[in-house]
Amino acid sequence: MDINFTPEELAFRDEVRSFLDAKLPKDIASKVKNGQHLSKEDSVRWQKILNEQGWMALHWPKEHGGTGWSPIEKHIFEEECAEYGAPGVLPFGVNMVAPVIIKFGTEEQKQKYLPSILNSDVWWCQGYSEPGAGSDLAGLKTKAVREGDHYVVTGQKTWTTLGQHADWIFCLVRTDPSAKKQEGISFLLIDMKTPGITVRPLITLDGEHEVNEVFFDEVKVPVENLVGEENKGWTCAKYLLTFERTGIAGVGQSKAALKHLKEVARKVQQNGKPLIEDPLFRNRLADVEMELMALEMTNLRTVAAAQAGGVPGAESSFLKIMGTELRQEITDLFRRAAGPYAQPFLPESFEADYDGEPVGPEFANTVSTKYFNMRKLSIFGGSNEIQKNIIAKMILGL
Amino acid sequence: MDFKLSDEQRMLEETVGRLVRDGYPFDVREKARTSELGYSAEMWQQFAELGLLGVPFSEDFGGFNGGGPELMVVAEGFGRGLVLEPYLATVVLSGTLINSLGSDAQKEKLISAIVGGELRLALAAYEPEGRYDHTHVTATAEKSGDGYSLTGNKAVVLHGDSADQLVVIARTGGKGTDRDGLSAFIVDANADGVSRRGYETIDGLRAAEITFNNAAAELLGEEGKAIDALEASLALGIVALCAEATGAMEVACDQTLAYIKERQQFGVAIGKFQALQHRMVEMRMELEKARSMTIFAACSLDAPAQVCAKRLAAAKAIIGKSGRKVAEEAIQLHGGMGMMEETAVAHYAKRIVLIDHQLGDLGYHMQQLERLLDVDDDAA
Repeated sequence: MDINFTPEELAFRDEVRSFLDAKLPKDIASKVKNGQHLSKEDSVRWQKILNEQGWMALHWPKEHGGTGWSPIEKHIFEEECAEYGAPGVLPFGVNMVAPVIIKFGTEEQKQKYLPSILNSDVWWCQGYSEPGAGSDLAGLKTKAVREGDHYVVTGQKTWTTLGQHADWIFCLVRTDPSAKKQEGISFLLIDMKTPGITVRPLITLDGEHEVNEVFFDEVKVPVENLVGEENKGWTCAKYLLTFERTGIAGVGQSKAALKHLKEVARKVQQNGKPLIEDPLFRNRLADVEMELMALEMTNLRTVAAAQAGGVPGAESSFLKIMGTELRQEITDLFRRAAGPYAQPFLPESFEADYDGEPVGPEFANTVSTKYFNMRKLSIFGGSNEIQKNIIAKMILGL
Repeated sequence: MDFKLSDEQRMLEETVGRLVRDGYPFDVREKARTSELGYSAEMWQQFAELGLLGVPFSEDFGGFNGGGPELMVVAEGFGRGLVLEPYLATVVLSGTLINSLGSDAQKEKLISAIVGGELRLALAAYEPEGRYDHTHVTATAEKSGDGYSLTGNKAVVLHGDSADQLVVIARTGGKGTDRDGLSAFIVDANADGVSRRGYETIDGLRAAEITFNNAAAELLGEEGKAIDALEASLALGIVALCAEATGAMEVACDQTLAYIKERQQFGVAIGKFQALQHRMVEMRMELEKARSMTIFAACSLDAPAQVCAKRLAAAKAIIGKSGRKVAEEAIQLHGGMGMMEETAVAHYAKRIVLIDHQLGDLGYHMQQLERLLDVDDDAA
């Protein structure tokens, strides 16, 4: 039993660090650290750098251009990226639709879609949730009717993250309305430029345009865009939902955020002393610190189990709950660190080229929007309550 | 990075596991708990025969040469069985302190006797006014003839009632909470000038208030320089307590899960109710955190001093926080049955909660963590 990295693992970490030192654009890292907006161009630029290095697809098999890394190596890479302020790779293409295509797709589909995903030439978004199908995803109603060599798709998807930039969408659609809930669903790839698709922005409580509604009005989709068998889409959906989730605990993000929070709390003054010396604030910092240690060790135990050949199953639900609650807690402390200056709302200051005067301390401008934005963590990807249902069923047998 | 036990550690785990399974059913434990001694002398001899009393000591004394992970494995097994015997007091706290400070002759005599099951010890460190601060020592010792004469009061000395000898921390110099001037002594528990008031603790163990009045004492190690060794032994004690709590929490979770699957109300097993399912999931989440921090603590004893101190404080604090949740929920989900002395889970709950009152509670260790907040630490 040894919780320390081996010399090989440390050498790998050094390699990752050298790469990030040399190749991570400073302007992008600075935006991530300061909580400013990343443009589509920023994300694509970074992902192309990763691809040049051969480090874009962590979870793909090597023959398709994946890294072939072990769970521990993936973990180290994700931790270091978070520490350096590298933007998270957008998951919809590389970590969501691609594994489904690799597992269930035809040879033609693999050749058509995988290279452009690897090189971030095509932007994907996810068409799962609907107004009436959230946690109960199998209740989805968007229908696809086969007419000759096409499906005709009609319905509505919602909470489509960054769909405003997307070239393609992968959708769960109902192809057999008479079958039982899960059994009449198919997995369909749809070009966003197809006539009949309308994207409408949804503005979230922090004033952001991150998610969208996507409407389908008799959209014609070629049958060769079906992945897997017709009416077997639920198998693809489940595979995707349980797919490699090494980063789900967000340990790297929380560590970076806590470090930043401590820096801030050393600078902010309260009663003539740095805020970090305030007994109540320091107590909450200590609480976050120990919970983060517990999360990190639990995550490492899961990573090590995967390394030894175990398949992380419902355990990732524990990590999702613990990790998201902790990240939310840290955003709450940031908000409190800002004090009264958590109130001003200056969305223009979120842009990197903003040259106006900050109101109050510079860090304070984004803390409240971030706090409200991060409420999403315990809702998306299967709400934390759904995760508890999964644990109750899969691990506890209740 | 590797969380697997070595072959030797796995054998140790199996040995303890078998002993607890076969020798420690609840009714047998109850009989030992309510006996005059408060535990089983026969069981203690079995520990000796199985080599468990030598885990942290060198092979020269018939020991196992084990460190944090080995103690963790033993203590976790003991936690599963709610073991009553004075292992923490004798082996982990007193024995390792003698091992650190004692002369060759003292070790030869005392450690060999511990390993052989012939000597039971207790660590008399904490004082009535000092709460969890081991540097708050007002007991004093003065040179007297070949040895020392020791005077002072010691509080809630775990298994101090039945110990043959006591390892006592007293001042030979300094004052208040000075780290310098603390010395460790061996005192015969039945010597003149030692009076003990023994009692049962709420979790079924035994302890004593001990008064020393010019009692004859034998110095361990260098005069006034016991603090580092004392803290090393307390660190081992924290690892053992974290592991014991984890073992007990695991059983409390298992028994609660079994109960809600079996107990019927409104025509169904109560485990069908989502409100209870989610609470059960939260208990298991706390157990996972406790287990993670126990491993973290057990593997950190060789880390740089401040890093080690920070991790141990965090581990014991998490155990206090998570333990309370698991204990309270175990009782709650058992309903009225959780309130009964005849229900095993109630005893697990009591031990888990009381572990927070040994070697520093949640508040104490959070204060340590706050003090060490700026110590930079990468977990792996």
